[in-house]
Amino acid sequence: MDKIKIKIENLYKIFGRNSKNSIPLVEDGMTKDELLEKKGHVLGLNNINMNIEESIVYVVMGLSGSGKSTLIRHINRLIDPTAGKILVDEQDITQLNPQELNEFRKNKTGMVFQRFGLLPHYNILDNVTFGLDIKKIEKTISQQKALEWIKKVGLDGYEKRFPQELSGGMQQRVGLARALTNDPEILLMDEAFSALDPLIRKDMQDILIDLQQDLKKTIVFITHDLDEALKLGDKIAILKDGVLDQEGTAIDILLDPKTDYVRRFVEDVNRSRVIKAKNIMEEQSLINPELLNGQKLQVEENLVIERFIDKVISQKPSLIEVLKHGKPVGFITPDRLSSILIK
Amino acid sequence: MINFLIEFPALPREFLRDLKKTIDNGFKEFSRSYGDTIESFFYPLLKILVFVENLLLITPWPIFIGVIALLGYWATRSYKLVIGVIAALFCVGLFGMWENTMETTAIILISTLVSILIGIPLGILMSKSDRTQSIITPVLDFMQTLPPFVYLIPVVMLLGIGKVPGLIAVVIYAVPPVVRLTNLGIREVDSEIIEAAESFGATPRQKLYKVQIPLAMPTIFAGINQTIMMALAMVIIASMIGVKGLGLEVLRSITNQYLAIGLLNGIAIVVIAIIFDRISQAYGKRVQQHRQGGHH
Repeated sequence: MDKIKIKIENLYKIFGRNSKNSIPLVEDGMTKDELLEKKGHVLGLNNINMNIEESIVYVVMGLSGSGKSTLIRHINRLIDPTAGKILVDEQDITQLNPQELNEFRKNKTGMVFQRFGLLPHYNILDNVTFGLDIKKIEKTISQQKALEWIKKVGLDGYEKRFPQELSGGMQQRVGLARALTNDPEILLMDEAFSALDPLIRKDMQDILIDLQQDLKKTIVFITHDLDEALKLGDKIAILKDGVLDQEGTAIDILLDPKTDYVRRFVEDVNRSRVIKAKNIMEEQSLINPELLNGQKLQVEENLVIERFIDKVISQKPSLIEVLKHGKPVGFITPDRLSSILIK
Repeated sequence: MINFLIEFPALPREFLRDLKKTIDNGFKEFSRSYGDTIESFFYPLLKILVFVENLLLITPWPIFIGVIALLGYWATRSYKLVIGVIAALFCVGLFGMWENTMETTAIILISTLVSILIGIPLGILMSKSDRTQSIITPVLDFMQTLPPFVYLIPVVMLLGIGKVPGLIAVVIYAVPPVVRLTNLGIREVDSEIIEAAESFGATPRQKLYKVQIPLAMPTIFAGINQTIMMALAMVIIASMIGVKGLGLEVLRSITNQYLAIGLLNGIAIVVIAIIFDRISQAYGKRVQQHRQGGHH
């Protein structure tokens, strides 16, 4: 088991005056609507428990009003919880005083915002050095680091431009570069790509995936888009009305939705585009030995079903052999494949 | 019974007389014991005011016009405005109002400066908490609606007649807009930008200087602009308590029914108003230039 980077324990957020008094009511099962009617309090998050492992992309998905943006703001305490603990590297950050909190934010977390949150009066370079300026890092050093990141996100030449002169996609690259220049261990992304056009959004997702290959940051990513969640998330949590509905890998969620809400969400997903060979392969011991001797189709483990289904149809193999670096690591029977696609 | 309805049941005459007497005597007592202290407190302000007045008066008129024209050009980049400014100031001098105009300019400059020095910090304070805002807002409302003649009285009782009491009266009248708009400007800053600054661990001070004030600047400048205009309006009234300049001439022409003098001095005040207004507005726009342009 990988190291837990962020641990959220029994987290409640209730908005309103003296909202602490409402915690016992919610614990006793009062619903969001009842609470609003009886006390005038808005239940934001209801008993959230999460373990976020180091170096993974953890996607929190939910529709508007599900509390996902509230949740991510607890991790750097832009919002304070009503009750519960948030442990980052085993340190309870809800106990930090303002100075300690600022140190924590400077050193551990970086955040990317839905509407970018860039400083309109600073040029791109000054925007990207902002985090280091706050840390009072010398200009020559901070600018050098900023230029590296500006280049990595593909914006070299734009250093002296102002945010308003850039398109939305470019502005969000600035937002990403700004967060990464600080070299945080945790990257918080609040609907970071939701405001972008579909094509640009796809580009940004690819940039993030590429960067993450080397960076191995712990990324908490908020989205309302299931396709985005499935594409980016090593783990996905689905939030509904402030309650954590289901947590698991993309495949867990797709193949085994635990609630009606999640089921309705995943109904329309094109599974063949999301599920990779390695996600559904089985060990040799589980395979009928007769099939092993028949005709085999070899596929690379990271191929999504869509990319090899045509060969399965045309060649009609008795077994699909999954390869990793050219070596077999598992098998998929045609029956299993069709059951997964048809289910 | 009918009497009761026709005549308002006021408090007894003796009571009211005693009440007024007590308040008046109390304030007189206060100004007798503290007047000198307060006056010496404001002494530096008098020195600065006199210095600026003298500076403007000894500056040769072509230089003054030149400086204002340059300022105008720097702020607006418009030759039309520059020509207008030169012509207007030239006419003011031609009609013999140069000295009065300089005195009025001096007091406007200083009272605007004092208003900014008081107003911006107060506005910042107000933006920091809703409680402070809810205390200061009614005070500002009160200051702006109380007829200016009324608060001239305690100022005169305390400090007598002269430049400083006049200046204080002008500042009291002119400070509210810059306070209000500083507060508004800071509160209007996009919450996501504030969150972004906080997410990087910015202290409240860093947030204020790096984000809030720069982004509130256009609004703050709108406030400064209004403050200047209010100061110009008040300078006429303040001439009743010893402020010299164009206002005094207007006041004189009211009491003596000199239509021409009144009109000329009034127009000179308009000239100053327009010059100050255009330059400060153009500068305010300049501050927010980064907002313009750009495609999406």
